[in-house]
Amino acid sequence: MKPRSILEDIGKSLTIAVWFMVLLFPLMVMKVNVTRGVAQVQFRWNLLPFVGIAAFVLSYLWKIALEWRERRGNDKSGGVFGKIKTLGGAYFAKPAVRTSSLVALLAFAIAYPFLFGMYHTNVMITAFIYVILALGLNIVVGLGGLLNLGYAAFFGVGAYTYGLMWKYVGPSFVASGIDPGWLFWISLPMAGIIATLFGILLSLPVLRLRGDYLAIITLAFGEIFRMVMQNSGNFTGGATGISLIPRPWFFGQKLPPTKAAIYIYFIAIVLVILTIFVVRRIEDSRVGRALEAMREDEVACEAMGINLVKNKLITFALGAFWAGIAGVVMAAQTTYINPDSFTLWESIIILMAVVIGGTGSIPGVIGGAILLKLLPEYFRALAQYRMLIYGIAMVLVIIFKPDGLIPRKRKQYTFEGKEGAK
Amino acid sequence: MALLELKDVQTFYGNIQALKGISISVEEGEIVTLIGANGAGKTTTLMSICGITPIRSGQIVLKGQEISKLSPNRIVKMGVSQVPEGRRIFPQLSVSENLDMGAFLRTDKEGIKRDMEEVFAIFPRLAERRSQLGGTLSGGEQQMLAVSRALMANPHLLLLDEPSLGLAPLVVQNIFEVIEKINKERKTTILLVEQNANMALKIANKGYVMQNGAIKIADTAAHLLENEEVRKAYLGL
Repeated sequence: MKPRSILEDIGKSLTIAVWFMVLLFPLMVMKVNVTRGVAQVQFRWNLLPFVGIAAFVLSYLWKIALEWRERRGNDKSGGVFGKIKTLGGAYFAKPAVRTSSLVALLAFAIAYPFLFGMYHTNVMITAFIYVILALGLNIVVGLGGLLNLGYAAFFGVGAYTYGLMWKYVGPSFVASGIDPGWLFWISLPMAGIIATLFGILLSLPVLRLRGDYLAIITLAFGEIFRMVMQNSGNFTGGATGISLIPRPWFFGQKLPPTKAAIYIYFIAIVLVILTIFVVRRIEDSRVGRALEAMREDEVACEAMGINLVKNKLITFALGAFWAGIAGVVMAAQTTYINPDSFTLWESIIILMAVVIGGTGSIPGVIGGAILLKLLPEYFRALAQYRMLIYGIAMVLVIIFKPDGLIPRKRKQYTFEGKEGAK
Repeated sequence: MALLELKDVQTFYGNIQALKGISISVEEGEIVTLIGANGAGKTTTLMSICGITPIRSGQIVLKGQEISKLSPNRIVKMGVSQVPEGRRIFPQLSVSENLDMGAFLRTDKEGIKRDMEEVFAIFPRLAERRSQLGGTLSGGEQQMLAVSRALMANPHLLLLDEPSLGLAPLVVQNIFEVIEKINKERKTTILLVEQNANMALKIANKGYVMQNGAIKIADTAAHLLENEEVRKAYLGL
C-alpha cells in the first residue's frame, strides 16, 4: 500500500465531517416545538460546529487506529506493547510467579466480601454467575463451534428447577420441619441434570444444522421456553414468577441478608473454580479435541470415525449443564425469578462475553463475563447508553482484536509426554 | 473373497443420481484406482463406501459383511480410513493433534504412539512440525498430514481421494512413492481416486474408468495404460 499523506487524510476526514453535518442537520439542529397546536421550528445553529468537529476528530482517530492495526500486522515484533506482552508473558510463565499471583487473586477474592459491602458482594455474585454461564457457552461456541442463541433458556431451566422445587416440594418440607434451604443443595445437581436433558432435547432437531440455521433454531428454542414459562401461569406462576425462594441451607441457621450474600458468594466462587477445572479437563481431553475437530471440519471428522451425533449431543449437554447450575445460584441469590430474566437479550450478553473475551480462551471468557457485568453496574450513570457502548465495544473488538481481548493460547500437545522435539 | 465389493451401488444427492449402479471389487493387498473426469462420481463412490453419503440401493460388502447401512464411525472401526478430497485437515489443531484425531477410535496408547513415530519416519517433515498448527502447513505438507492422519487409524483399506490435487509435480511424485510404500510395507489395501490417471495407473494393479456415474472400463492397470480410448481421453497421449 502506498503511504498516504497527512493532508490527504485530513481532506478525507473533512469530507466526512461535512457529510455528518448534512446528515445530522435535521436531528441535531432542527428542533420542533409544538405550542398550542402550532409547530415552530427552532434552529440550533450553535450545535452544528460541534457535530462537524466531533465527526472530524472521530474519523481521523479511526484512520490512525486502522493504520496502527496494519502496521502491527506487518511488524512481527509487535512494537512496544508486543515487547511488554512478551516480557510479561515470560515472567508470568514462571511457575512460582504464576502460582503466587493465582494465590493472591484467590486471597483477594476470599477477602472481597469482607472488605466491601453487601452491594458489591451481590454485584460480584452476579458476575460469577455470568462467568459460569460464559464458560458453559464457551464449550458450545468456542470448542464445538455451534452458535447457540438460546442459551438463556438453559439458565432458566436451572432457575426454574429450584423455583418449582420450592413451590411444590417446599411446603411439605416446611410442614415436616425440614429446613427448605436444603432444596438448594438438592436442586443444584438436579438442575444440572435437567438442563443437560434439555440440552440433549434441543440438540436432537439441530443435529444436521450449522451456522445461521442453527442460530435461528436455538433462538426460537430460547423464546419458546420463555413463552411457555410465561403462559403456563398455574404451574410456573406465569409472568409474576416465583418469589420468596429460600436461600441455601447453612447448618440450619437463618442467615441475615448480609451474611447470606457472603455465603452465596462463596458458593459461587467454589462453583466457578469447579467450572474452570472441569472445562480445562474437557479441553485437554480427547473428547474436547474431537469437539474442536468437529468445529473445524465435519466431513473430515466423519472420515476419521468421529461420531458427529454423539459429539453434538455432548456439546449441547455440557454447555447446558453449567447454565443449569448457574440458574440455581441465581434463583438463590435473588430469591425471585420470572420469565423476564431469560430473554434473548440475556443469551446475547453471554455470547458477547465469550466473543469479546476471546472465543475458546478460558481466561478471556472469564474476563469478558466480569467486564460485561461489572462495568454497567459501576457506570450506572451511563445506563441509557449501555446498548450503544456494547455495540461500539463489539465493533472495536472485532476489528482490532478479532480473537478477543485475551486470545486463546494453544497448549503444546505432547503424546504421553515422553517424545522430545526432533 | 474380495476385501471390498460394491454391487450395483446407486447414490443420490436429493433427486440427482450421482452413482448409476457401480460395481467394484478390491482384493486384499491391491492398489486399485478409480479414474475419470470431474463429476464422474469418483468422490461419491468413496463417500458411499465410508457411509458419509448413504447409498439408495445396491450392496457394499467389506470382509464379507454388508456395511452400507452402518454409520461412518462403525465403518472406520472396521478398518476403512479415508483421505478426503482437498485434504481437509483440521487447521486449528496441531500436527500431532490432527494425527491423534486420526486414531480417534483406537484405545491402544502404545500402538498409537508407535504408529505416530512410524508416520513421522515416513514423513520427516511432519516430525519437524509436530507442534505447528495444521493450517500453517504448505499444501504438500497438508497432504502428507492427511495421509498420515488416515494411517493413524491403522486401516486395512485406505481410501485416497485425489492426493495429487493442487500439488507440485515433485511433491506428487513423493506422495505416490509413499502410497506404494504403504501398500508394500504395511500391506494396506488402497483404493485410489485420481485425476492424474498416468501416475495412478503406474502404481495400481487394477483400474476402473468412471464416466457419468457409471463404470465404463474395468481392467488391469497395465492394460488400461495401453488402452487406446483411455490414452486419448485420460492420459492426453
